[in-house]
Amino acid sequence: MNIVVCIKYVPDAQAELTFNASDNTTDRLGVEGLLSELDEYAIEAGLKLAEAAAGGVAENTVTVLTVGPDKAADAIKKALQMGAHAGVHVSDEAIHGSDAAATSLILAEAVKKIGSPDLILTGMASTDGSMGVVPAMLAERLGLPQVTLAAELTVDGGTVIIRRDGDTASVTITASLPALVSVTDQINEPRYPSFKGIMAAKKKPVETWSLADLGLDAGSVGLAAAWTKVESFTKRPPRAKGQIVTDEGDGGTQLAEFLTTHKFV
Amino acid sequence: MAEVLVLVDHVDGMVRKTTLEMLTIARRLGEPSAVFIGAGLDAAKEVLAQYGAEKLYGFESADYDDYVVAPKAEVLAQLVTSASPAAVLMTSSPEGKEIAGRLSIKTESGLITDAVDVQAGEGGAVRTTQSVFAGGYTVQATVTKGTPIITVKPNSVAPEAVSGAAVEQAVEVSISEGAKGARITDRKPRAATGRPELTEAAIVVSGGRGTAGDFSKIEEFADSLGAAVGASRAAVDAGWYPHTSQIGQTGKEVSPQLYVAAGISGAIQHRAGMQTSKTIIAINKDEEAPIFELVDFGVVGDLFKVLPQATEAVNKAKG
Ligand SMILES: Cc1cc2nc3c(=O)[nH]c(=O)nc-3n(C[C@H](O)[C@H](O)[C@H](O)COP(=O)(O)OP(=O)(O)OC[C@H]3O[C@@H](n4cnc5c(N)ncnc54)[C@H](O)[C@@H]3O)c2cc1C
Ligand SMILES: Cc1cc2nc3c(=O)[nH]c(=O)nc-3n(C[C@H](O)[C@H](O)[C@H](O)COP(=O)(O)OP(=O)(O)OC[C@H]3O[C@@H](n4cnc5c(N)ncnc54)[C@H](O)[C@@H]3O)c2cc1C
Repeated sequence: MNIVVCIKYVPDAQAELTFNASDNTTDRLGVEGLLSELDEYAIEAGLKLAEAAAGGVAENTVTVLTVGPDKAADAIKKALQMGAHAGVHVSDEAIHGSDAAATSLILAEAVKKIGSPDLILTGMASTDGSMGVVPAMLAERLGLPQVTLAAELTVDGGTVIIRRDGDTASVTITASLPALVSVTDQINEPRYPSFKGIMAAKKKPVETWSLADLGLDAGSVGLAAAWTKVESFTKRPPRAKGQIVTDEGDGGTQLAEFLTTHKFV
Repeated sequence: MAEVLVLVDHVDGMVRKTTLEMLTIARRLGEPSAVFIGAGLDAAKEVLAQYGAEKLYGFESADYDDYVVAPKAEVLAQLVTSASPAAVLMTSSPEGKEIAGRLSIKTESGLITDAVDVQAGEGGAVRTTQSVFAGGYTVQATVTKGTPIITVKPNSVAPEAVSGAAVEQAVEVSISEGAKGARITDRKPRAATGRPELTEAAIVVSGGRGTAGDFSKIEEFADSLGAAVGASRAAVDAGWYPHTSQIGQTGKEVSPQLYVAAGISGAIQHRAGMQTSKTIIAINKDEEAPIFELVDFGVVGDLFKVLPQATEAVNKAKG
């Protein structure tokens, strides 16, 4: 079984996120970045499947794929340390400012170049854009069934089966391979790289591809080709400081008074 | 005036409030057309007309409910071609976003997710407002290619009742075999709580690690206000409350009139799910808890003392 896991390099959520004033894009260079935490669950899911399949990790490969700036190599490194076999990094000046549609186009072409995987795994959403649409877009472009938001995942022969916890029901979804699966943070507990994993990662193959390597025209992606445009951004004014009381026996009464005054009761 | 397609968000014909909000938004952009996919069309008709649907495209078949997303995207793509709408609106739920994602690629149209406001801009361009980076920034965006596809966050506008003709349109659509690749093969319904749905509720009361596993005081307070109950990830991970009630980056995003956080510290991932709430209240033992940076009203104290007293006072005030 060949598994491709799509991973995104994102600005650290704890840092002060901001925009580039010149073109209204996310500032990805001025802040520390890291592998999107939610993609660690997808890497872990891929590793678990490879380990459990006949032949184990010797015959089942996990390739991680990222589209992002030079520093996105750090995300690949982390995934290789966790145990992935190989990495592919699509990096090109022209990608800057790409929207979700363009990102899915690049991912789709890269997946095709990697070869036809049996399974494509993604996170549930990135921790920066957090649109949660790239998996569906990628499935559409590749003509694959999408089996999304898995809280539990098994592969049985040529069939993938997941459990998804929805609002009105918990459902079982089934599809034939090849398929695209996105996983939630409920699915597993991602492993930490071991010392052995960190050493081994240094020898693992990482390929860096440009748009030209994928047969994509620079004009088909990036800010100028985006289907959406950020017209303006404003920093939200800090919320006016609220009224804070310390409970001295009547905190609940004061709370109820606030609710009545503001017509919530 | 051009049509604006609104994908009806419903459960077996029970139309969700977000649909009425989207019909209200659609009127700003053109003539609202409701697109109903799935089972239960008859039950939905009346309310769709009451909230201004001029046209009604019904695709009634339980089949749609057995497949994940792709068939619905195919239906909408065919309508986009035949009706040339000014925009397509759907709910910013996981399903809504995924349908939108597939539709965007099929129709080569720009997609904007999580809009908290949508207005007709200059020259008819559709202008959206998003709240991004855990509510730290407000962004105005437009779609520059194809038919604007926009997913709208629940509770973004107040629904306005305006009667519409809701004329049923007979349209034939075809669903490809490929769209039926992912099938729902089993369904375990969740027991109803009797409380409002989290994303639609006007008031949400949430509990965190500070409850130490006892949500009874949270629930009693919520019930006094007719509120939905939410939870932080710490409470969910501990198994105290179901994951479907989690508020935050990896749970639900809510923007109610009032959000009450009890025994929740206010981590950035939690804020991402509640920061756009209109009024915020916190009860926390620790006066340094970051949640207090957001509040309109805060009580530094023990939730097990503060909430029961507040519940009693609220119940008394209601008479
Ligand atoms: C605040 C903000 C708002 C935005 N709003 C819009 C908008 O309304 N419309 C629009 O078209 N674009 C928008 N963008 C741009 C968009 O987020 C990015 O272009 C991004 O490439 C795709 O979306 P996402 O990060 O939200 O991914 P998601 O759809 O949330 O990602 C889900 C999964 O897809 C995979 N994935 C996503 N990106 C990559 C990548 N680069 N490399 C490898 N795997 C990846 C990962 O597995 C990830 O877990 C916005 C960006 C920001 C920062
Ligand atoms: C990738 C990722 C995604 C995440 N997604 C989410 C998400 O969607 N939602 C989410 O909530 N979190 C999420 N988290 C977790 C988040 O970082 C926090 O760990 C979590 O929100 C903490 O929950 P809490 O506030 O209940 O617990 P704590 O941070 O432990 O806070 C408990 C609070 O309760 C107070 N307290 C204790 N006892 C009492 C009492 N008797 N009365 C009053 N106050 C009391 C304490 O003073 C403290 O402030 C995510 C984390 C990661 C890494």
